[in-house]
Amino acid sequence: MAKVLVVTSGKGGVGKTTSTAALGAALAQSGQSVVVVDFDVGLRNLDLVMGAERRVVFDLINVVQGVAKLPQALIRDKRLENLWLLPASQTRDKDALTDEGVGRVIAELRSRFDWILCDSPAGIERGATLAMRYADEAVIVTNPEVSSVRDSDRIIGMLDSKTVRAERGERVEKHVLITRYDPARAARGEMLNIDDILEILATPLLGIIPESQDVLKASNVGTPVTLNNAESAPARAYIDASRRLMGEEVAMVVPAERKGFMNRLLGRRAA
Amino acid sequence: MSLNLLRLFSGRNASAPVARERLQILLAHERGLLGQSDLLATLREEILAVVSKHVALDPDKVMVKLERGKTVSTLEVDIEVPNNFDKKAPAERRMAG
Repeated sequence: MAKVLVVTSGKGGVGKTTSTAALGAALAQSGQSVVVVDFDVGLRNLDLVMGAERRVVFDLINVVQGVAKLPQALIRDKRLENLWLLPASQTRDKDALTDEGVGRVIAELRSRFDWILCDSPAGIERGATLAMRYADEAVIVTNPEVSSVRDSDRIIGMLDSKTVRAERGERVEKHVLITRYDPARAARGEMLNIDDILEILATPLLGIIPESQDVLKASNVGTPVTLNNAESAPARAYIDASRRLMGEEVAMVVPAERKGFMNRLLGRRAA
Repeated sequence: MSLNLLRLFSGRNASAPVARERLQILLAHERGLLGQSDLLATLREEILAVVSKHVALDPDKVMVKLERGKTVSTLEVDIEVPNNFDKKAPAERRMAG
């Protein structure tokens, strides 16, 4: 049965779009049919991170308003044939999205895909509430940093009250995904502890993604990190997280500090 | 050309030049498009209107694909026409003609 999963955070810049692309690609790599949907109307970026920016013809708003049919707006990934993108509009504003219209599109996507990953815009306004509205599950992307944790808490409150599931008295299954985790700073006690974050948010952990150059490289070339370098530390963490989403038990790996030879020689910490 | 040279001199296959080129192409298109009417939607509608004069079209069977390039872009309109279309909807054809 199809699952609608919103990738959200409240705070901007924590890694929602990167995580949507990486988790979507990882699920597709394991054989699931996946669509990633950009809800950031007016400031779309998922197309760029997926490397499909030159191929956008129609978008979510065109489909919601009936200008285009869903199959005409879906863009198939060039590397994985079971991975698709539904881009956001760049020229319209978020008021063009209606609750009812989004509901129709999501229902149609449910009949075509195993996974529908909704990349939420930052903030707590219309775009963000519509991205989570029809979700069965939520990934709350959180950086180990006070303002991010606070905003995540706010979003968790909204997931528990403003979604269709919540209104029906059902639960949205929530997972915390910690991104930009810096093992060196964690070792020095400069970063919020993972156990503390989970205790504060009272939400189970989906994975810990280390801060890494590989993430930047992947977005530079427009390839989800799990496809660009599947052996890199962030890719492995995303692949593990995707397996947990599929219900597998996967041991949690806390990224450890790894020093290169030169850094070791010079006594520098790994970036 | 310049991109390849850059890559050559930067040694390892750096990703930043790729990012730069992707952004340049994308932004050139977006700056041109923003504020204007949607050229693609217009093109699609007018092309479809012309074809509809002769064939009863199923909107589900029309695919529009686009590839934006640095100097040229391609717009690919793929229309599936049933083989027996000329036996169908003669009234519309006559009206349109």
